[in-house]
Amino acid sequence: MLAVARNADQQAFASLFARFAPRVKAFLIKSGATPTLAEDCAQDVMATVWRKAGQFDPTRASVATWIFTIARNRRIDILRRDRRPEPQDLPWGPEPEPDQLDAMVLQQDTERLSAALAALPDNQRALIERAYFGDLSHGEIARITGLPLGTIKSRIRLALEKLRQTMT
Amino acid sequence: MIRHHLSDSLLTGYSTGSLPEAFSLLVATHVSLCDECRARLEAQDAVGGAVLESCEAVAMSDSSFAATLALLGGATPEREKPAPSAGVFPAPLREYIGGDAGSVRWRPVGGGVRQAILPTAKGASARLLYIPAGTAVPDHGHTGTELTLVLSGAFDDATDHFGPGDVEIADEDLEHTPVAAPGEPCICLAVTDAPLRFNGLIPRLLQPFLKI
Ligand SMILES: [Zn+2]
Ligand SMILES: [Zn+2]
Repeated sequence: MLAVARNADQQAFASLFARFAPRVKAFLIKSGATPTLAEDCAQDVMATVWRKAGQFDPTRASVATWIFTIARNRRIDILRRDRRPEPQDLPWGPEPEPDQLDAMVLQQDTERLSAALAALPDNQRALIERAYFGDLSHGEIARITGLPLGTIKSRIRLALEKLRQTMT
Repeated sequence: MIRHHLSDSLLTGYSTGSLPEAFSLLVATHVSLCDECRARLEAQDAVGGAVLESCEAVAMSDSSFAATLALLGGATPEREKPAPSAGVFPAPLREYIGGDAGSVRWRPVGGGVRQAILPTAKGASARLLYIPAGTAVPDHGHTGTELTLVLSGAFDDATDHFGPGDVEIADEDLEHTPVAAPGEPCICLAVTDAPLRFNGLIPRLLQPFLKI
């Protein structure tokens, strides 16, 4: 991802595409898109990944998380035709050289989160998946509790604190 | 110092993209002001990333990579994000107003209270409220969920004090009379997914006019 951002590395983009485009397509199909629409939108999503590569901050999101947010916004756009208000960016943006250690710890946290999600009882995991496919009402979402978010939350919080400190 | 934050279910709803647009606007505006909820939201998004990664791949067509490169038309990745513009209101709100605090098209709704309805998709409505210092919003209950985010000034009701950045989450069980704190007017963003129930006679007559 960083090779794409810094060097416009097409080889690196090709391997990101191979890994994520088929999953974005699957995600959009599970969200209710037809295979043809999902294929087109997966291409759009990957094009956005290339264009906005410079905004990716590995101390605050994994590549999968970042691509998820792009795919989700595209889904809201095509399936609901609603506008998607996004939070204002932090004014200082990602650091020019993301802290290697922070990025590594975030990566480990993310892997732990994936493992915890995979280990949930089937019905609970299915409920969470359906929520992210946009298939649950807000009332149903309120029933989702106990997401294994503990470690990753404090990690992201630390990253935000560090960003703040670079300002003072 | 923000004391009243978004609930987990609102953050999950925003992260999964299931909230009505008006509610998403309020969440995005609060997150713009609150590092704690931003961190909680980014953690929720990480669950979305894990779900995406666990999706069983559906093959793309053979020409899809070439087609994507064609979409890009030789564009190079943007090096960094554009500097966010500063303003009195957070950026997502400014986009819906079409300008900053000075561009709000206020309409008087009686008792010195002013409001401006923001254009959002059906299912929920969003409006800005301007309540003069010391003035009460008519006593009312809720048939659905009402979220109120204070942008400037403060208000009090029987439950607590709400200052800048605070969110009050009111549901069907709450009947309240929010009163703007003395000193300065209270400006807030209020979103509802159902009409409010006013208890006095006059406000009920006003209701169609208030469009809430
Ligand atoms: Zn908060
Ligand atoms: Zn109320």
